[in-house]
Amino acid sequence: MTNKNITWFKAAPIAAFPENGGACVKYHDKQIAVFHFKQLDKWYATDNECPHKHQMILSRGMIGDQQGHPKVACPFHKKTFSLETGLNLQGEDYCINVYPVKIEEGFVFIGV
Amino acid sequence: MTQPLKVVVVGNGMVGYKFCEKLLTKAGGGSFSITVIGEEPRPAYDRVHLSAYFSGTSAEELSMAPASWYLDNGIRLLTGECVTQINPQARVVVTHTGLQIPYDKLILATGSSAFVPAVAGVEKEGVFVYRTIEDLDAIIAYAKNANRAAVIGGGLLGLEAAKAALDLGLETQVVEFAPRLMPRQLDTAGADMLKSKMEQLGIGIHLNKNTAFFDGDVAVKGLSFTDQSYLEADMVIISAGIRPRDELAKQAGLAVGPRGGIIVDDALTTSDAHIHAIGECALYQNMIYGLVAPGYEMADIVATNLVSGQIDKTFKPFDMSTKLKLIGVDVASFGEPFCEHIPHNTLVIEDKLKGIYKRLNVSTDGKYLLGGILVGEADNYNMLLQMTKNQMILPPSPEDLILAPRKGEATAGAGISALPDSASVCSCENITKGTICDAIESQNLADVAAIKKCTKAGTGCGGCVPMLSDLLTETLKKQGKTIKKVICEHFDYSRQELYHLIKMSETRTFEEVLTAHGKGCGCEVCKPAVASMLASIYNEVIAKQAVIQDTNDRYLANIQRGGTYSVVPRVPGGEITPDQLIALGVVAKKYDLYCKITGGQRVDLFGARVEQLPLIWEELIEVGFESGHAYGKALRTVKSCVGSTWCRFGVQDAVGYAIRIENRYKGIRAPHKLKSAVSGCTRECAEAQSKDFGIIATEKGWNLYLCGNGGIKPQHAVLFASDLDDETCIKYIDRFLMFYIKTAEPLQRTATWFNKLEGGLKYLRDVIINDSLGICHELEKEMAYLIDTYHDEWRVAVETPEIRSRFTHFVNSEEADPSLQFVEMRTQKRPADW
Ligand SMILES: Cc1cc2nc3c(=O)[nH]c(=O)nc-3n(C[C@H](O)[C@H](O)[C@H](O)COP(=O)(O)OP(=O)(O)OC[C@H]3O[C@@H](n4cnc5c(N)ncnc54)[C@H](O)[C@@H]3O)c2cc1C
Ligand code: SF4
Ligand code: SF4
Ligand code: FES
Repeated sequence: MTNKNITWFKAAPIAAFPENGGACVKYHDKQIAVFHFKQLDKWYATDNECPHKHQMILSRGMIGDQQGHPKVACPFHKKTFSLETGLNLQGEDYCINVYPVKIEEGFVFIGV
Repeated sequence: MTQPLKVVVVGNGMVGYKFCEKLLTKAGGGSFSITVIGEEPRPAYDRVHLSAYFSGTSAEELSMAPASWYLDNGIRLLTGECVTQINPQARVVVTHTGLQIPYDKLILATGSSAFVPAVAGVEKEGVFVYRTIEDLDAIIAYAKNANRAAVIGGGLLGLEAAKAALDLGLETQVVEFAPRLMPRQLDTAGADMLKSKMEQLGIGIHLNKNTAFFDGDVAVKGLSFTDQSYLEADMVIISAGIRPRDELAKQAGLAVGPRGGIIVDDALTTSDAHIHAIGECALYQNMIYGLVAPGYEMADIVATNLVSGQIDKTFKPFDMSTKLKLIGVDVASFGEPFCEHIPHNTLVIEDKLKGIYKRLNVSTDGKYLLGGILVGEADNYNMLLQMTKNQMILPPSPEDLILAPRKGEATAGAGISALPDSASVCSCENITKGTICDAIESQNLADVAAIKKCTKAGTGCGGCVPMLSDLLTETLKKQGKTIKKVICEHFDYSRQELYHLIKMSETRTFEEVLTAHGKGCGCEVCKPAVASMLASIYNEVIAKQAVIQDTNDRYLANIQRGGTYSVVPRVPGGEITPDQLIALGVVAKKYDLYCKITGGQRVDLFGARVEQLPLIWEELIEVGFESGHAYGKALRTVKSCVGSTWCRFGVQDAVGYAIRIENRYKGIRAPHKLKSAVSGCTRECAEAQSKDFGIIATEKGWNLYLCGNGGIKPQHAVLFASDLDDETCIKYIDRFLMFYIKTAEPLQRTATWFNKLEGGLKYLRDVIINDSLGICHELEKEMAYLIDTYHDEWRVAVETPEIRSRFTHFVNSEEADPSLQFVEMRTQKRPADW
């Protein structure tokens, strides 16, 4: 993603998000899953909707790494997606959108 | 430089795809320009596992390779494009959109279509065939408004379609023209057994039926038969055989058989030297091969010969052994199932009680297996097929091959090590035992997935996968390696080892465990596994480490389709007061929850939104309910019959004992869920023998049964000890549960654990009754700790603000998830379809 007119949306204070897990943020009609990957000291944001069966659920998925690459697993059928690229890691055709995240003054901002 | 040879493939089904794959690997790129034209809207998919589409496998998952694969390999793929004409003189094919595509070699892989008999009224609404993803979509859509389905055809495919219809919730009837089911694979006795099995599943079977016409106005209402009988049905699936798609070939003047099929020689060449036909459209020696394995073999032959430019390989009559892949009924036939014109002796085992019929045809000298039929249990199918195909010498008492091995004993008869290296283990890909074992050794393969990837074995119909796993174990054993089941890439230990390490190092959080014993960040496999071990060892509040729990444990409720949760309060032993029932009703009504009685004698309330869970539980706790742990890998229910307090046959107080047991073990977390039951007498109304631990009353006390389960592969529990008094029975259960908790693999139920336990029942008795390992005291102590530290998780969650505050859908809004949708069903609600 390049600096193509990103709007930074102020989502919630850092403390609203669990460490090493996810939570869901509402932005207009959109649902965005935000993950505080404390072990890597990184934040990630993706669609909350799992493309497999269109469930609004990814924020409740477990995060982790596959050979060092950060990922999230959907709780429904354990499809896994890269938190960096949004690609499905089992080599299937669907993927999710990923969004940039920045932290300023104790708040989490999502680039939409 | 010569022009690359223009190869055009008509039909992008399983065989058409396989041909491309084979041609690419054999040619190594460069010398061919390949165009594939398929009429279906998507690239080739796994038709063999089409029925999995009903149970949630997506079209993408069924796909043989994504569109990008064709692109990456330089193949021009046209989907949704139908070839309407071949011009063999000009060597050009024409498509329905008018494209003209020239070829040097044309491969017809047009497959077949479902055969639809010319019966009056077949064109009515509600009449379907079962062949493509689009057919299935249409069936699913129509089934929503239908109640009764009839399937025409009682063969392999028809029965598969019938099971699918049943799973869609339809009352299902199968109509077969012949006097028995699967007439081409089974004899009368086997077919009778299958019929009663299908009837047990709830599928009606009607034999000797010839459909006269489809009744109904616009939509079908029923089937009328030539014997004047009538069957009501508001939808019909026709599965009466296949018709090779030879219409293109016919139009182009190629030779076709009188009953269809493009005639080919043993190099799969048609009557035109530039055109080959492979797969289900090809007619070889008057035979259509309606299975993938021979189709793949044909693809291999044409690809081999194209690359070498001469005829190096030819087709031979192919083995047509098959196994029906219905869940719930094992059926297989192999080799010569009937031996009609071959001298032979027959060996038959029939067990009407268990619904098992097995027949082996043995050569008259008793040395070789010629073929056979298996109904009700087909575990040995692969091995028997191999013995037949490889002419292996039979053991002195061949009946051992089909007798069920007794628990704790090794399988009788010749093992996998007796197979010759030349045995073709995977017939779809034609891969021999030798190739597989070599790959395991030379490339250090450690699991079945790696074997599949490296050799392609097991990637076709999947029937050989159990054998691959056996081969792996055998080969590694021979190398002196044992296969170590490590948890995942983050922990190089088996569960048992890690359990021990966590205890020794007294690590209490996932991070501590990972730092001390693992690497990386963890994942969705090791996090819940470690969470479960921590809970089994320390029994702390699991909600304190919420993000390492599976979603069910994270929200202390079972996630359901659509993303809502269900609530199951504990009802020990199934005993419930009128006041408690009323309280459940009041809460369910208030929060508009769908109510259902579970199989474990309690009430399940579905459709709660995540933010409603603490509110609902607050009200339930108020009237004395506790968490039922329906969401956890923990003790679920102890089911009971009413026992001696009411029942005229009862010899002990089953309910009282069940309540005691359930309260003793509630909340204890294990590698997998635990179920139990107590019956008040030998009539066994509580079905205790299907539980992880089941108790049946006797005149003198209790009989204890261990390691049974329902589920995908039901298994009866084994009688562990008889006539125990109350306390001894509990002591044995304490020891048994703790032993299982400490030594099983993640997500291994007691039955599987027991099946893998070396030494079997005798060993288990030695450990638990005779204390042969000297650990019983420790086991009891650990169990006592777990019982003492019991807490109601929901009470803690409701009363602890930082846990309770996590039950919201959004972190930046109070709103509920707006994407949740429900529809009405029988006056209650259910989630809208996926
Ligand atoms: C429900 C079901 C279960 C099955 N289970 C098993 C099993 O357990 N074991 C087993 O071995 N086999 C099984 N089979 C059979 C197996 O699927 C077939 O043998 C196999 O798919 C045949 O492959 P094919 O490529 O020859 O034909 P197909 O898979 O039918 O492919 C032919 C393709 O060509 C296309 N086509 C046809 N004409 C044209 C044209 N003119 N222009 C463009 N495209 C065209 C068709 O649309 C189709 O996509 C099952 C089949 C079904 C339907
Ligand atoms: S198991 Fe025995 S005691 Fe229990 S309900 Fe059945 S008959 Fe009665
Ligand atoms: S409750 Fe069990 S058996 Fe029923 S659909 Fe769900 S997983 Fe399958
Ligand atoms: S809905 Fe996400 S994996 Fe199925």
